[in-house]
Amino acid sequence: MALLQISEPGESTAPHQHRLAVGIDLGTTNSLVATVRNSMPVVLNDLEGRALLPSIVYYKPDGGVDVGYDAQPAQASDPRNCIVSVKRFMGRGLRDVTHVETMPYDFVDSEGMVRLRTVQGVRSPVEVSAEILRVLRDRAEASLGGELTGAVITVPAYFDDAQRQATKDAARLAGINVFRLLNEPTAAAIAYGLDNAAEGVYAVYDLGGGTFDFSVLKLSRGVFEVLATSGDAALGGDDFDQRAYCWMLDTANIRFPSAKDSRRMLLKAREMKEHLTGHDEARVVMTLSTEQVVDLTLSRDTFADTTKHLVAKTLAPVRKALRDAGLQPEDVKGVVMVGGATRMPHVQRAVGEFFGQTPLTNLDPDKVVAIGAAIQANALAGNRMADEDWLLLDVIPLSLGLETMGGLVEKVIPRNSTIPIARAQEFTTFKDGQTAMAFHVVQGERELVSDCRSLARFELRGIPPMVAGAARIRVTFQVDADGLLSVSAREMTSGVEAQVQVKPSYGLSDDEIANMLQSGFDFANADMQARALSEQRVEAQRGLEAVQAALDVDSALLNAEERAAIEQTMQNVRAKMAGEDHRAIKEAVEQLNRDTTEFAARRMDQSVRRALAGQRVDTITFSKSAT
Amino acid sequence: MAVTLTEKAARHVSNYMTKRGKGVGIRFGVRTSGCSGMAYKLEFVDDVQAEDLVFESFGVKVMVDPKSLPYIDGTELDFVREGLNEGFKFNNPNVKNECGCGESFNV
Repeated sequence: MALLQISEPGESTAPHQHRLAVGIDLGTTNSLVATVRNSMPVVLNDLEGRALLPSIVYYKPDGGVDVGYDAQPAQASDPRNCIVSVKRFMGRGLRDVTHVETMPYDFVDSEGMVRLRTVQGVRSPVEVSAEILRVLRDRAEASLGGELTGAVITVPAYFDDAQRQATKDAARLAGINVFRLLNEPTAAAIAYGLDNAAEGVYAVYDLGGGTFDFSVLKLSRGVFEVLATSGDAALGGDDFDQRAYCWMLDTANIRFPSAKDSRRMLLKAREMKEHLTGHDEARVVMTLSTEQVVDLTLSRDTFADTTKHLVAKTLAPVRKALRDAGLQPEDVKGVVMVGGATRMPHVQRAVGEFFGQTPLTNLDPDKVVAIGAAIQANALAGNRMADEDWLLLDVIPLSLGLETMGGLVEKVIPRNSTIPIARAQEFTTFKDGQTAMAFHVVQGERELVSDCRSLARFELRGIPPMVAGAARIRVTFQVDADGLLSVSAREMTSGVEAQVQVKPSYGLSDDEIANMLQSGFDFANADMQARALSEQRVEAQRGLEAVQAALDVDSALLNAEERAAIEQTMQNVRAKMAGEDHRAIKEAVEQLNRDTTEFAARRMDQSVRRALAGQRVDTITFSKSAT
Repeated sequence: MAVTLTEKAARHVSNYMTKRGKGVGIRFGVRTSGCSGMAYKLEFVDDVQAEDLVFESFGVKVMVDPKSLPYIDGTELDFVREGLNEGFKFNNPNVKNECGCGESFNV
């Protein structure tokens, strides 16, 4: 017999109509699944009562697959077939993956995404992630006693389109209907019920095992909006372990520990770090393979002191996101702490001092993201918790735009725009009689296409031949609630249309996004120069082509001397175009304009004469009197 | 007659109520739908209706509307765990047959 749960007043579902929805935190190191039951969000445990599922997949030689704790031992015994932290490979090409050489895997570089050769054949990161998701789905269905209606899966705020798409693909492969993807920090804010809190600005400080993410959220009229995100893709709790480990080496005066000792000491370092969360001192006693006995006591203050630069390092992205959002620390109403590393008292203290208030830490920082996702999934499934009614908005991490003449980027949707969003912009043809147009969709903050990330290309054909600049081509960028982009182009007079769903060229890392953002600021000046140069070159090219077209038709209007002079000026424009000085090009183009003024006037006279030839006198008089 | 909770069920209900932060009890009733005639309804109660019959077991109030009572009179509500799944189960003496899943029933 089915087991019933208590619903909100008036929200009882019909039999067999339970809308079972879960939230999944698909993490780099650990994954979790949570749901809302009896109006309460809960993390679902496995049969042993464990909430976390290590994100490890082991492809066994006998054809079976182990996931989670079961797969852990294989990390040491069969590392090549035991895939850990597969999230790092999602939607990435081989060249996007850092430290390939230190990984035990047999990588296969293939179109779009890197693949891994295992004893069971070549597997893509999407397939590996699907194994993890399948275990979570089974756990959820066993716990809820029915088939899942759908799930909300969280992704880092910095995930690009390729990584988001790969995550969705993995879910589909695992037989999970994805209601939507949700940014991890946003999920955390929901878990803290900030949607029911006072209106204002909230911050999410997420210090995980290996990454740091910071987000600024704004709550108004029950609606969340993400104002800004930033972070550091190479900073996390592991760095604190490393510092404690180095302290051990220094203090015990150990020079070159063996690999095995080093591993053991690193584990001890982590234990000490965790112990110091609840205690003033942590002691370690161990005997190394060299017979050396290590007996050390690390005080909380010493640990805080040796890691204070790491804490300080997290505050740089914090300042940057606040600056992006145009806010001061005192504008922030509440700070949510996410990630196991935020358990460290001195991290909490530093964040508290920065914002001048005690951060929110009462929920388990390892579980908040899954819980928030569960609450969102519950709402999307059509269930309702007490007193809630909200909608969630996220932002685009990097600007989306199109390549225009001269390799420049025309930004169509600026970064930090809230999604879903649709923006249209009109473009036109560059040449007379142009019947096709190529579109190149790019993502990034820089002014030149070559410095941005290429997402997709498509063509619009069948534009009716018109003079340059007469065609009106409306390009619409649309980003759905999952952050996935579709671009369409339509010629307005003829109605011809083309579009592309950006199933993006896989591969943009957190580092790259961070770097692209940073370089957008660092190279602002150089970009401005490059843009000016490129614009002048395009202008010069247009001028040259116009004059050449006129010469081809009407050179009879010029004597040899005049003609030579114009050609001389054109030569000068070409020479200046080859250079890097945009002002010189501009001057040369202006010179060309001046030198051809007389020629243009004669052409005008001639065409007027032609137009008038054969006309009756009274029509001419009429038009004259009209002027 | 009455509608009762087992001690275990009562403990879980009060636990949920505390976490939920409001509510006076739970409502137990039936409605006509489901694959075998009637379906159970189990909800939190924020406002007691004037016509509600109120029962109490182990400190938990159970509201039943008069029209539902004949179908569920004498029912005991239990809380059980089956593998990973957990939830409420009804022992209803009025039931003549249920659908396989037990979510709907006939009297």
